[in-house]
Amino acid sequence: MKFKSYGFFLIVVMMLYVNANTAQASAPVAEQVIKITSKKFDYTPNRITLKKGVAVVLELTAGDVVMGFNAPDLGARADIIPGKVTRVRIVPNKAGSFVFFCDIFCGSGHEDMSGMITVIE
Amino acid sequence: MKKYDRRDFLKLAGIGGVVFASGLHRLAGAADKATGANTAYDDFYFVQLSDTHWGFEGAPNPDAKVTLKKAIAAVNSLAEPPDFIVFTGDLTHTTDDPKLRRKRMAEFRDIVAELKVKNVRFMPGEHDASLDKGEAYQEFFGKTHYSFDHKGVHFIVLDNVSDPAANIGEAQLQWLGADLKQLSADANIVVFTHRPLFDLYPQWDWATRDGAKAVELLLPHPHVTVFYGHIHQEHHHMTGHIPHHAAKSLIFPLPAPGSQPKRAPLPWDAAHPYSGLGFREVEAEIKTTEYVITELPVQKG
Ligand SMILES: [Cu+2]
Ligand SMILES: [Zn+2]
Repeated sequence: MKFKSYGFFLIVVMMLYVNANTAQASAPVAEQVIKITSKKFDYTPNRITLKKGVAVVLELTAGDVVMGFNAPDLGARADIIPGKVTRVRIVPNKAGSFVFFCDIFCGSGHEDMSGMITVIE
Repeated sequence: MKKYDRRDFLKLAGIGGVVFASGLHRLAGAADKATGANTAYDDFYFVQLSDTHWGFEGAPNPDAKVTLKKAIAAVNSLAEPPDFIVFTGDLTHTTDDPKLRRKRMAEFRDIVAELKVKNVRFMPGEHDASLDKGEAYQEFFGKTHYSFDHKGVHFIVLDNVSDPAANIGEAQLQWLGADLKQLSADANIVVFTHRPLFDLYPQWDWATRDGAKAVELLLPHPHVTVFYGHIHQEHHHMTGHIPHHAAKSLIFPLPAPGSQPKRAPLPWDAAHPYSGLGFREVEAEIKTTEYVITELPVQKG
């Protein structure tokens, strides 16, 4: 399936990027990791606060079915496959409140499955 | 019930909405007919209904049990019957219960069987097809993507909902490419689909993941128009030379893209029931390859 390979590609590129970054620094800087679990029909947590310019890695997991994670304003999206950890790296380059939502139709409550990422200066 | 009058529609089009081709083209056509000059085109019109969400219950439409039936009655009372009628998806409201899904589809099918015009075309919305990849939908309504010809226009129905991730998918894109290849370059093409093929408002998931690939295949053709649903409101947008026209819903209106924080239904207005709902007739002016769109209310009032 096309979207799966896309998600995989995205993740691989991001990890390479992380490696490249840490290789440049004299001492590896651990990036903040935020774990987000998803199930029908919500994310936990669904409110996340980030700092502009500071990289974080979201570790996404799904409890029951394949879920999507899409934050279009931050250019981040991935498929969350049950049974594995999906990592999405975000370096927010603007302050504000940005929605993220499930973009893989997952049931009767799908349309309300969303959360908010707030980026502060 | 008072009969709708075709002239009224054209007048209403001028007041209530965007007029995509002036009535002058029709008059010019009539004049041509009178003089016997150049009448080698075949005028017709069809009706588009969308997002009926049969089975929905809730405050946004306390009249949900009868809205579809009223719309069917309104279509049946059109003074001049349309050549055909198309439903652009979300025929039923989604449910996690496959049995209930089929029950809603059977009920929907029986209600629309009351349409006097028997040439009726369907396609699924994500509410119909995304939870079982279109399985139940196909049992009742057949193929989810197909094409047909009518009076010099090639109609293409695209399915961007049977994949729960809202992809058209490589296989269907290849089918589209092959379908377009057999047409002459200047063919009149109309595309029906459920979700917008372009990024209307990705923050509300108003997009099709690989919609740009379909638009790319359509762009070499100079006469293409897209009619879709999903966003429960009238909306008009151009990608290059291709216009995309979203239709109103027949269950509840949704807010304009990005106009409020949440994509929540607009509240029911008891003083103006059915406001923001409706269907449209689309008149094909083949001679000029323009489409006269007229938005209609569920009931005259
Ligand atoms: Cu809908
Ligand atoms: Zn829809």
